[in-house]
Parts: sequence; C-alpha cells; structure tokens
Amino acid sequence: MATTYPPRRSVRTHPIHGILSAYPLAFFTGALLTDIAYANSAQMMWANFSIWLITGGLVMGMLAAIVGIADAIANRGRRHARAGWPHSLGTALMMILALVNAFIHSRDAWTSVVPTGLILSAIVAVLALATSWLGYALEARQETN
Amino acid sequence: MRIPMLLALGAATLALSGCGDRGGSAGPDQVGPNPPLPEQNQYLLPPMHIAKPVPWGDATPTVPAGMKIAAFATGFKNVRRLYTLPNGDVLAVEPKGPQEPISRPKDILVNWIQGFGHSKEHGADQITLLRDADGDGRAETRTVLLDHLVSPFGVVLVGNDLYVANTDAIVRYPYVAGQTRITAPGTILTHLPGGPIDHHWTKDLTASPDGSKLYVGIGSNSNITENGMEAEKDRARIWEVDRATGAHRDYATGIRNPNGLTFNPQTGQLWAVVNERDELGPDLVPDYLTSVTPGAFYGWPWSYWGQHVDPRVKPERPDMVRRAIRPDYSLGSHVAPLGLVFYQGAGLPARYRGGAFVGEHGSWDRGAFNGYKIAWVPFANGKPSGKAQDVVTGFLDGEGHARGRPVGLTVDRAGALLIADDLGNVVWRVTAG
Repeated sequence: MATTYPPRRSVRTHPIHGILSAYPLAFFTGALLTDIAYANSAQMMWANFSIWLITGGLVMGMLAAIVGIADAIANRGRRHARAGWPHSLGTALMMILALVNAFIHSRDAWTSVVPTGLILSAIVAVLALATSWLGYALEARQETN
Repeated sequence: MRIPMLLALGAATLALSGCGDRGGSAGPDQVGPNPPLPEQNQYLLPPMHIAKPVPWGDATPTVPAGMKIAAFATGFKNVRRLYTLPNGDVLAVEPKGPQEPISRPKDILVNWIQGFGHSKEHGADQITLLRDADGDGRAETRTVLLDHLVSPFGVVLVGNDLYVANTDAIVRYPYVAGQTRITAPGTILTHLPGGPIDHHWTKDLTASPDGSKLYVGIGSNSNITENGMEAEKDRARIWEVDRATGAHRDYATGIRNPNGLTFNPQTGQLWAVVNERDELGPDLVPDYLTSVTPGAFYGWPWSYWGQHVDPRVKPERPDMVRRAIRPDYSLGSHVAPLGLVFYQGAGLPARYRGGAFVGEHGSWDRGAFNGYKIAWVPFANGKPSGKAQDVVTGFLDGEGHARGRPVGLTVDRAGALLIADDLGNVVWRVTAG
C-alpha cells in the first residue's frame, strides 16, 4: 500500500520566479566582467556587451519581480512570507541602480564606463549575488518544510 | 511587496530627466570668433527636444523687409543639396540616407526619437534637374537627371564632367550643357569611406578654382568614437582628390563633420561649415564656419575649439591635442550647419554681397531650439567680420513645431538665393523685394 500524505500548508513559490531570477544574476555579474575588460582595453565591443547585459538584466529582472510579487500575494500571511523582505528590498535597490547604470552606459565612449559605470556595475553585481543568495535560500527552506 | 520598487523606478526616472539646466534657455551668445565655452556636463539623460513637423500650408519662411521668398519647386523626396549649372539649370539632390547598424539599445531609442523630427518622405537617391526658362521664379521644367545613386550629397561640374559624391564613391558622368537626363554610366573616380557603419554619411564636394582638384568632406563615423577607433579610419577629414588620377591625400583632419565645402571667390580659400560633437551639454560644442588650410588639424576626437580635451576619448593623445587649431567663427551650439554659399550676386540687397549665407538645419539635443534658419555672416578681407544676422527664419512656427529645416544653399543665375528644405521638401527662392 502506498502511503499518502496530506498536502502541506507551507509557502509554495512557482519555479518560474527562480528561472527568471537567474538572468539578472548572470547578466549583472557578467556586465561587471565586461566593464573590467573595457576599462583595461578601451575596446568599445566590451562596453557594448555591458549595456546589452545590463538591459537584459533589467528586462528579465522586471519579469522576475512581477512573478515574485504574484507569488508573494498568493502566499500572503503564510509561514516565511515575511522572511522575504530583505530579498525584496535588495532586489528593488539592485534594479534602481541598474537602471541608473543603463543611463550611464548609454553615454558615448570612455565615460560610459569609467569610473561611474564600473562602480555601479560592481555594486549591482554584489547586490545580484546577495539578493539571489537570500532568494534561493528562502526557497530551499520552503522546500524542506 | 515589491510595488514600492515600481514606484521608486518611476520616481527615479522622472528625477533624472528633470535635473540641471538642460538648455531650456537660449544660453550664452556663442556666435563669433571667440565663443564662451561653459563647463562640460554629461547628463544621465541628455536633453532632447524634437520639433514636431507640421506642413507649411500657405505659409512661407520669413525674410527681412525689402525681400521676397516663394517656392521655386515643391514635392521633393528629401531634398538636401542644390547646385547651379552654368546654363542656369538647378540640380536638387534627393538622397536616401543609409541605415546604421544597431550596436546598443540607445541606437534604437535615439533613432526612434529623432525620427519624429524628420520628413516621412523617404529619399529617392536621385538628382532632379529644375529649369526656370521663363524667369518667373518657378521651375516649370523638371526631370530626373540621374537616379539609382547611393546616398548622394555633393555635386560639382568641371568642364563637361559632372561629379557626384555618393556616400561610398565619387562618380563622374559626362554632361553636355542643356542636358536633362544622363543615361551614360558613371565612372568611379575615387572610393570613399562608406558602410557598413556610415554615421555621418553626407559627402560634400567642390572643385578648386582651376578645376584640377576636388575636395570631399568625410564626416566622423560616430559622435565621439563610440563605434571604436578602428571605425574612424579616413574619417573626420577633407580629402583633396586629383581629378586626373583619382589619387587622394588628407587636406585637413580632425574636422568632425564638414559640409558646405566651397571656395571663397574673393580669396580662393576653401571654407566649410562643421558639425561638432554632442552630449557635453546644451552649449557645447559650438558648430563652426572656418577656412580650411592644408594640413590643418581641428582636434576631433581628442579635443575641441583648440585644446579643450574631451574626456570620452581613450587612449589620450596629448600630442594631438597640442596640434589642434581653433576654427575661425562659431555659429552656436547644435545649430547643425549643412549649407554654405558666398554671395556675389546682384539679386539680393547689395549689403549681402561679399558675405556668406549658412543653412542651419536646427538642433535636437538642447531644450531651446537653435538654428532652423539661414544666417548671413559678414566678411571683410577674407575673414568673418562682425555678428551674423538672421536672414531667412520662420522654419519654426513659434509653437515648437517645425515647418521646414534648411540644408543646402545655392545662388541661381539671377542672383537669387535658393534653399533646400528637407522637411517641407521645398526649394525656396529668396529675391530682393
């Protein structure tokens, strides 16, 4: 006889949020690397890679945020729902700075990256790592509950 | 909840677009040989202000008392450059500008925004011949002299050779006085730097007074090297081309986007109007009118107006900055001069003789509009002498709309000033009242 378990009443997030969140993590950290490559070479190709990566991170980050907000609304008042706040605020800050960074990177040539763009790319990359850590850790905890 | 994030994003965008003096006022008077140059300002969101096109209707541009203006011909397809042939026929060049490859998200956005300020009429890549045989001030004969061209701009006749500067080559055609259609195939004299990236694509053309040499303007391939230094090979310069062999040499360099190439008939010196760089602020960098001496270097991309270093260009070249010379005469920032003609005729009031008319296409990247007019620069002893005067205005309707945008100029056989308007697609004719 197979043993059946009653459905658990813990938080369930949709996997689509995790999939979409992988893009800003990869793109924003990638943009830091291409910025460093540009600062070392003055080859515009690297700066062009950076702005496409930042733009892609912003677009995918917005989609991830929309799904994340939908998840949060669906899971209102349940266990761990409040534990998401540092992740949400970190993501908000990351997206705002990435938007500013996109404008900086839309300047022409050297000052589109050095120094302001490079500094912003570093901060955004750190925020992407930190918010992803918080977000994926939260999901892992929910899985084990 | 992440709703606050959306609000914060919106608020940040608004705040960014509102900060600083964005050239909403007229700015400092920068017309003359020594323009004040303010501090550089690289905005997060550079100011952009496009004049929305509206039709002319029954309106015309405005000229001073004692002068008249009327349409010489209408219904063109992006008319940008005019040239008067010895028999009085007028050539109207109607290019289709090339498409530039998209290298950044910004290109998509800027193309879209700038598109609002351009005519919906696409160029035809042809040269139309206009003839006013009865002298009533309207062209009653109109034929296509040449078609299937490649983004043509400059045109000049030397003897029986008609030279057309396509964006990628100077092509020679046989021409007989009175001809209205050229069917003979052209012969390439010299290839010019064209695509695949072809940012400043207009190649203006003139001939030395003795007809032995041609001079062709080749604009930079970017605003300020953002397409890479390698894209700037043979760019931002004027070539001197030997008419017999097609061989070329650099005549002047570091000259960002030179147009209106023309010899001052009084001194035999080459002059040009030059579009300078954008995105350093609403009052930088002034566009200019200058004589062009052999070997002159005007600073682009490393510096402007002499030794003012542009921080956007790497690697730095202090040796090049030291070599840079100052141009002769500032026309103001972002006025976009594209046409130049020295006036020697008798069809306008005598006070204009000896000076130069400049066609200013008009600004798009500052709050208050600059340009959108024909200015007249007085000359004495072969140099600009005194303040430029507005001669033909009214291209803006006073409510922020553009009815027309002037480009190329020529003087017809009767001494009238002809103006190519690439937004209204009209050739205007200015005469003494």
